Amino acid sequence: MTELFGIFLLTLLVITAVAVVRAQNLFVAVMLMGIASLLIAVNFFLLDAADVALTEAAVGAGISTVLFLSALALTVDREKAPKTKVGLAIAVTVVAGLVIFYATLGEPRFGDPNSPVQTHVGPWYLEKTPELVDIPNVVTAVLGSYRGYDTLGEVFVVFTAGIGVLFLLGHGRVRRSLEEETRQNEGLRHYLIPRVIGQLLIPFIILFGLYVQFHGEYGPGGGFQAGAIIAAGMILYALLEGEKHALTVIPQKVLLGMMAGGALLYTTVGIAGMLMGGNFLDYSVLNDNPVIGQQTGIILIEAGVGITVTGTLLAIFHAFAARGD
Amino acid sequence: MTAAIDIASWILLTTGGLAVLVGGIGALRMPDLYTRMHAASVTDSLGAILVLVGLMLQGGLTLVTAKLAAILLFLVLTSPTSSNALASAALLAGTRPMGDRHGPDSGDTP
Repeated sequence: MTELFGIFLLTLLVITAVAVVRAQNLFVAVMLMGIASLLIAVNFFLLDAADVALTEAAVGAGISTVLFLSALALTVDREKAPKTKVGLAIAVTVVAGLVIFYATLGEPRFGDPNSPVQTHVGPWYLEKTPELVDIPNVVTAVLGSYRGYDTLGEVFVVFTAGIGVLFLLGHGRVRRSLEEETRQNEGLRHYLIPRVIGQLLIPFIILFGLYVQFHGEYGPGGGFQAGAIIAAGMILYALLEGEKHALTVIPQKVLLGMMAGGALLYTTVGIAGMLMGGNFLDYSVLNDNPVIGQQTGIILIEAGVGITVTGTLLAIFHAFAARGD
Repeated sequence: MTAAIDIASWILLTTGGLAVLVGGIGALRMPDLYTRMHAASVTDSLGAILVLVGLMLQGGLTLVTAKLAAILLFLVLTSPTSSNALASAALLAGTRPMGDRHGPDSGDTP
């Protein structure tokens, strides 16, 4: 049954991907990409990867769509006719697709108990986590502790991407006509229905973000997902109440501080481990009891991840919005 | 007792699924944006409510039911709001409903 459902979803995914390529209107393409992300998220969920599914739904279908739309507001929403030959591109794609298809033939069957995924470090993680870290969600233990270096790298990828966007767009205010400025600062204040519902929901969205952040040790969730959800709540606020009000709540300087501060918090936890006699990102030495030390470390680095992701996403959104059209 | 709850939840889930199907067909077949939105809203309102209540019956008095209730509350609040926002955005952008005799391009909608 699960396989049937998976095949159905993957077929829909292929149809959506073809539709994205064929769409001439970029607005339609962005919306279809959101649908594609949602389909991938459901697929991840079918494979029991709830953490990844939550990330894909929050980042892929939620925040990316909003960021694409704010980017579209700065440009036109029609695709330009391609200048190069399409035939060559199709040939390259077909060859690459065939190579990838050929490579999948060498992979172990889905769910094969003898595949490297099931026999390498996976069993060790599952067996040792209750003893070493003692948190129910093994994914968070792997992400935060065993593979802490990788996650540190991811945080710096997010941080670098944020710096890149801010360098390209500039984070200062662009001079605009008074009318334009008022429209931007007003947001949708005159439009009552979304505003009332939004005001009702935003606190709960942010509360849910905090729940996802701090419940990541027990259920699906963690810093990346929570950062995206909290940023989504704040973006909703900015859309409803206007840029100016949103920037009064969290000023640009604070956002930049959050971008750097989260990554800094993560690194500091790593260096604190070194200073207390362990390796870099070894949390066991943070407390007399190594298990409590691991948990403290994971909670701190997850907080760092959440702070950086929230700051970066909001800074990028404000950078786009400040350009106006 | 369990059988009765099961039957009730199956009925709810099946009718919910039917409502989603009807909404999908309507969204494809209706002639203009506003009638399409009207059809799609069957999915949002009736379909979602029936399916979620059906699932709540399966969940019983547990945390799962509480979470489903929260989702239901969220959907009941947000989907009419987004429909309203979509319809007024379309109206602002100049899309006239079909059969509207007062508009500048009556009945001539993409």
